[in-house]
Amino acid sequence: MPNSEFIISVTTFTYGLALVFYIAGWIFKKETPGRLGTTAMIAAGAGNTAGFFLRWAETYEMGYSYVPLSNLYESLVFFSLCIAVIYLFIEFKYKVRTIGIFASLCAFLSVAYASLPSMDSGIQPLIPALQSNWLIAHVITCFIGYAAFAIACGISIMYLGKSAAADPDTGTAGRIPDTETLDDLTHQMVTFGFLFLSIGIITGAIWAEQAWGRYWGWDPKETWSLVTWLIYATLLHARFMRGWTGKKIAVLSCVGFAAVLFTYFGVNLLPGLHSYL
Amino acid sequence: MKTRNNDESAADRIWRFFASVRLSVVLLLTLAATSIIGTLIPQNADPAAYERKFGQPLYTIFEALNLFDMYRSWWFRLLLCLLIANLVVCSVRRLKSTWKTIFPKKPTYQTERFRKSSGRIQWQVEKAQPGDLKQTLEPYIRSRLGNVSVKNPESQGGVLIFGEKGRWTRLGVYAVHFSVLLLMTGALIGSIFGYEGQMNVPEGEARKQFSLTNTNQSKELDFEVRCDEFEVSHYPSGRPKDYRSDIAIVENGEVVRQHELRVNDPLTHRGVTMYQSTYGKTPGEKLTVVLTESATGDKHEKTISIGETIEMPGGKSELTIEDYSDSFAFRGHNIGPAFLARLVPESGRATPVLLPVEHPSFDRMRRGDYEISVKDVDFRYYTGLQIKQDPGVPVVYAGFLIMIIGCYITFFMSHRKMCVELQPEDTGTRISVAGISTRNRMGTKSAVKKLSRKIENLTSKT
Repeated sequence: MPNSEFIISVTTFTYGLALVFYIAGWIFKKETPGRLGTTAMIAAGAGNTAGFFLRWAETYEMGYSYVPLSNLYESLVFFSLCIAVIYLFIEFKYKVRTIGIFASLCAFLSVAYASLPSMDSGIQPLIPALQSNWLIAHVITCFIGYAAFAIACGISIMYLGKSAAADPDTGTAGRIPDTETLDDLTHQMVTFGFLFLSIGIITGAIWAEQAWGRYWGWDPKETWSLVTWLIYATLLHARFMRGWTGKKIAVLSCVGFAAVLFTYFGVNLLPGLHSYL
Repeated sequence: MKTRNNDESAADRIWRFFASVRLSVVLLLTLAATSIIGTLIPQNADPAAYERKFGQPLYTIFEALNLFDMYRSWWFRLLLCLLIANLVVCSVRRLKSTWKTIFPKKPTYQTERFRKSSGRIQWQVEKAQPGDLKQTLEPYIRSRLGNVSVKNPESQGGVLIFGEKGRWTRLGVYAVHFSVLLLMTGALIGSIFGYEGQMNVPEGEARKQFSLTNTNQSKELDFEVRCDEFEVSHYPSGRPKDYRSDIAIVENGEVVRQHELRVNDPLTHRGVTMYQSTYGKTPGEKLTVVLTESATGDKHEKTISIGETIEMPGGKSELTIEDYSDSFAFRGHNIGPAFLARLVPESGRATPVLLPVEHPSFDRMRRGDYEISVKDVDFRYYTGLQIKQDPGVPVVYAGFLIMIIGCYITFFMSHRKMCVELQPEDTGTRISVAGISTRNRMGTKSAVKKLSRKIENLTSKT
C-alpha cells in the first residue's frame, strides 16, 4: 500500500496537469482541454482527500492517533484540499473554467511546497499544548477561510486583467466571465472567507484560553490574523456602505490575500508561540 | 441630507463626525497598519536589549511612542475608542430607519423597482383571467413567503401579488456590531477585575498563596490547592506527551473537588481558573552535606534542611543553607538544580557557597578549608499552576457566539421581496415574476426562476 506522501506527490503532479489543461482551454478556446482540466482537478482533489485520510490512518498505525493538521506540511496538504473543493463547487455552480487556472495554480504551489525535500513531513506525536479539539476546529476553519480568500484573489486578478485589457470582449480576455459576475463572485468568496476566518480566530482564541490561560495575547500570528480580518472588514464596509465595486474591491481583495499569506508563512519568521505552525 | 448651517451645535458636529463610514474605513485600516508594528518589534522585552538593538536616538523615539508596549499605549487605546464610538453612532443612526423597514406600519411596495429589476421573468398564459389566476397563486405564494399583499392597479384589471421574506435578517449586521462591543466590554472587565499569577505546589502539599505575574506581589486564594500527584510522560523520541497533576481543592480542611489537571484541560473553581503551566523539582525536607577536609581528605557528613545553620567541623565557621534553585545559571550556563549556602567564619566576611546537585566537586574551585557538596537530596515534583481570574471571559464568549451568528445572517441570509404581476392581454394573461433583495443578487435570480417555474406548473393545471 502506498504511503500518503507518495499519494501527495502524485496529487501535486495532477494539480500541475489541471493547471496546464485549464490554461490550454482558455488560450485555445477549446472544450476538450477545459474538460480535461476539470477531470484532472477532480482527480487531484480526490487524491488530496485520499492523502489526507491515509496520513490520518498512518498516525494511528504509529500509535499517535491525531488529525493531521498540526505542522506546516499537513496544513499545506489541507490548504490545497480546501482550495480544490471550494473551486470545484464554483465551477459546477457557475460553469466557469477560467477561475480554475488560479485555483489549480494555488493548490499546485501549496502541495509542491509541501513536497519539497527540505520540508519536514515526518509524523511527530503532539505535544500537550496541541492536544485539543479546539485546535482541530481552529485549523479547519482558518484554512477554509484562507482557501476562499485565495480564490477571491484569483478572481480579483482576473477582474483587473479583464478591465485593463484593450479589447475585453474578444480573444482570451473575452473568455473571462463578464466583470459583473467576477465582482459578484469575489464578493461571495470574501464573505464566505470572512465568516470562516472569524470562526477560525474565535476557535483559536478559545483554544488559547484553555491552553495558555488567555484568549488574546497579541502574539504575532494572532495580530496578523486580526490585520487580515480588519482588511476584509474594510472591504465589506466599503462595499456595503460606500458602494465600492469593481477595481477598488479587487485591489483590496488582493491586499487581503497578501495579508493571509503573511499570516500563514511570514509570521514564522517572527518570534511567537505559533512557532510550530 | 440636512442643510448645514453655522449654528449647528458642537454635539451635532461630533455626532456627524462619528456617523461617517469613511471614518470607519480609515480607522479599520489605521488599526490594521499600526497593529503590524508590534509584530515587528517584540513587545515588553528588556529595555537594555532594545537600546542595544536600535541605538540610543531611535530607542528614545520608540520609547516616547510607546512602541515597546504599543497594544496598551494611550494612542492605540484611543484608536479603539474612536472605532467603538464610530460603530455605536453609525449603528444607532441606521437602526432607526432599519427598524421602520422591519416593522412598518403599512408595508409599501414600489412596483417600478420590481419592473426594472434584473432577472425578471415573463411569459403568457392563454385563456386565463388575472382574477382566476390570482385565486390559484395567492395561497401558494402565501405559503412560501410571509407578508403577502395583493393590489389591483387602476390600469385595466391587472393584479399585483407581493410577498417578502427575511425582514428580520436586516438586524444581522447590528448583531455583529453588538458582538464587537461585547468583546471590548469583556476585555475591559478582564483588565479591571482580573488577575493572573503563578503558584507552585509540591506533591503532597497544599497552597493558598501565589504570586501575581505583573507585580510579583503575593496574593491568597479563598481555598487551598493540594497537589496529590504530578506526572510527566514522554514519547519514545523524548518529546513531552502529557503533564498531569492530580489536584484537590480544599476548603476548611475538606476536599470539595478533585480534578486531573492537564494542559488544555483547566479547572475553574469559584471563578478562579487553574492551568497546568510548568513543573519542576523541589528538594524535600532533609539533605546531607558532605564536608571534605581539603588538607587530609577526611569526610564528614551532616544532615541539614533549608534555612538551617550547622557548625563546621573544628567549630571555626558556620554553614547555612539559604535557598534552592531549580536551574541555576552560573556564568550564563545552566548547571541544573543547586543549593545556595553561606559560610560565616568566626571573624571575617561571609562567603557565598554554590552547591550544584549534579556537580559534587564544584566547590573545589573555592579552595576553602573544606570542600562542600550535597547528596541524598530527596527530590519531589512540584506542579506549576497558572492562576487566573477573568470575569470578562463569559462576556467575550457571548460576543464570539453572537459574532458568528450575526455574520452568518448578514452574509448568507437576505431580506427578499417578490412580486408576481398578472396583466390582462387580448388572449389571456401575461405573468411576470421579479425579485429584489438586500444582497445576494445571484441567489435572488435563482429564487425568481424557481418561483416562476412553480407558478408555471400551477397555472398550466388550471
